[in-house]
Amino acid sequence: MAGKTLYDKLWDDHLVKQRDDGSALIYIDRQLLHEVTSPQAFEGLRLAGRKPWRLDANIATPDHNVPTTDRDKGVEGIVDPVSRIQVETLDKNCDEFGILEFKIKDQRQGIVHVIGPEQGATLPGMSIVCGDSHTSTHGAFGCLAHGIGTSEVEHVLATQCLVQKKMKNMLVKVNGKLAPGVTGKDVVLAIIGKIGTAGGTGYAIEFGGEAIRGLSMEARMSICNMSIEAGARVGMVAVDDATIDYVKGRPFAPKGETWDKAVDYWRTLHSDDDAEFDKVVELDGSAINPQVSWGTSPEMVTGVEGSVPDPEQEADPIKREGIVRALKYMGLKPNQKITDIQLDRVFIGSCTNSRIEDLREAAAVVKGRKVSPSLKQAMVVPGSGLVKAQAEQEGLDKIFIEAGLEWRDPGCSMCLAMNADKLGQGEHCASTSNRNFEGRQGFGGRTHLVSPAMAAAAAVTGHFVDVRELMN
Amino acid sequence: MRAFTQHQGVVAPMDRSNVDTDMIIPKQFLKSIKRTGFGPNLFDELRYMDEGKPDQDCSQRPINPDFVLNQDRYKNASVLLARSNFGCGSSREHAPWALDDFGFRVIIAPSFADIFYNNCFKNGLLPIILPEEVVDQLFRETEENEGYQLSVDLEAKTVTTPSGESFSFEVDDFRRHCLLNGLDDIGVTLEDADLIKDYEEKRKQTAPWLFNAGH
Repeated sequence: MAGKTLYDKLWDDHLVKQRDDGSALIYIDRQLLHEVTSPQAFEGLRLAGRKPWRLDANIATPDHNVPTTDRDKGVEGIVDPVSRIQVETLDKNCDEFGILEFKIKDQRQGIVHVIGPEQGATLPGMSIVCGDSHTSTHGAFGCLAHGIGTSEVEHVLATQCLVQKKMKNMLVKVNGKLAPGVTGKDVVLAIIGKIGTAGGTGYAIEFGGEAIRGLSMEARMSICNMSIEAGARVGMVAVDDATIDYVKGRPFAPKGETWDKAVDYWRTLHSDDDAEFDKVVELDGSAINPQVSWGTSPEMVTGVEGSVPDPEQEADPIKREGIVRALKYMGLKPNQKITDIQLDRVFIGSCTNSRIEDLREAAAVVKGRKVSPSLKQAMVVPGSGLVKAQAEQEGLDKIFIEAGLEWRDPGCSMCLAMNADKLGQGEHCASTSNRNFEGRQGFGGRTHLVSPAMAAAAAVTGHFVDVRELMN
Repeated sequence: MRAFTQHQGVVAPMDRSNVDTDMIIPKQFLKSIKRTGFGPNLFDELRYMDEGKPDQDCSQRPINPDFVLNQDRYKNASVLLARSNFGCGSSREHAPWALDDFGFRVIIAPSFADIFYNNCFKNGLLPIILPEEVVDQLFRETEENEGYQLSVDLEAKTVTTPSGESFSFEVDDFRRHCLLNGLDDIGVTLEDADLIKDYEEKRKQTAPWLFNAGH
């Protein structure tokens, strides 16, 4: 019999019941909650007279609606009354049901997918859910992490289980070493460009290979984060020394003898040598250049040296029409060089790229330079209050501010523009976020997905440029 | 949950692939703490010429006459015919809530994104996967025949055209069972409460760090 994949092991370790009809009950170790996808779930519990199954498995924080300025005012600082009600509702629900919440003025508040790993609330081998598709982020720790809908949030609150059908196994193997200046974000964009936005549908993806092994935990998080942009609910990386070193000493991580016992288990969280995958995709990591998306789907991406495609060259009529529609929305011409795209705004932040390493990479590029006068705005939004504090301790805030970037407070911000941070109609933005859908960052806004270093390079030049030209 | 057994209704064609959930219901409407009322803002950016805001009277807004749901022949549609990877992107359940609130009961496409597909079943909406060439045929027939309707039978797992041509589709037994009977799946899971407790007891022995960490 063939060995097990990492996904097989995680599945087996969380299986409560296999039903005859092919569905299964999977136990959930951790649920992260935020204000947008939880109110109807709590209301559902209340209407049915149910209580949460296990309080200590849940952690909540407001992130999508929070403003990134004037945070000392707390909830009162949320100008939009509808947004304020949603954040107040989360506070009220967590207080009523007794769920731990990092509230808006708590330094531990931040984007759910940043604070889980930061607190050690994300531990290797856990099953983790959140009413947010980017929950795949936590798979970087060898976790089984799913994004779920609100009905499932309620189901997990009430039962600590999720009804699932086992997915297929896919290995995405990135061989070789990445070139300097090429980041985890570029790797995942290149993967999505190769397999397409539905390439991972129905699969749990494990990212492996020399290039992935050589990446930091934060870079691995950026990669797993965007599994969903390749269609996969679950993305994972096997546990190694980097994983264990990252977790050690964090507030929710085990200590003493329990730590040693945990590490022994975590060391088993990798695919066996003879494990069989339903699909294997290989990429040459050394051939990946910094990536820039040009269209309105994350698969519409190319290297910075490339050009916008010409729909006339596309044989598939549905794809051709998709390109025509995307170019019209994006205001781009066929064959236009990526480096000729002029920008209006730059956004560095989001659950994909707002951790300390991301900010260090961006700061290294803008240091001693100035934001291009052609830009209307360039902003940096750290992923959590603790990331912000760390960056300030390292002096990164001063580097950004001196270069002319705005230094904001933590939250999802312009990634999806539920707060006041948004693009105007027709504006082009170099964004370190994860989705370039029509209207995602604001009505009529035009998003180009890039790494933090590439966004920083775009900020100081006003257009896309290969960041390696600015690195010494 | 509302049960789904059979449905017959007018078909509206949404002729583009990779329709994402941001397109189905834009973010500004996710600020609601309710499950209902999203229908007027379904496909907001495609349907109207201006930028939509929560709690607005949508009947006063300038509409995009080219958008399919604004055409008289599709206004009462309850079956949405779509292209591949429908519902990709964000996990927001507001997307099926908006489709449901508008009046859709069935969505037919060659493929769906996983989370959206799953969310539909929780809300009495039936997503049906049919082969690409069948979907092509249904698009042609819908566009050629005003008032074109399809009949869907979940028990028999069939979609039938006005001419009597019938196509079978696959759906998981568990999902089909819950939908046919309108079951509350939390209630179904809680029937196994003892199994869940047994699992927890074992897990406390083998992986004690997973319980009461940091609390």
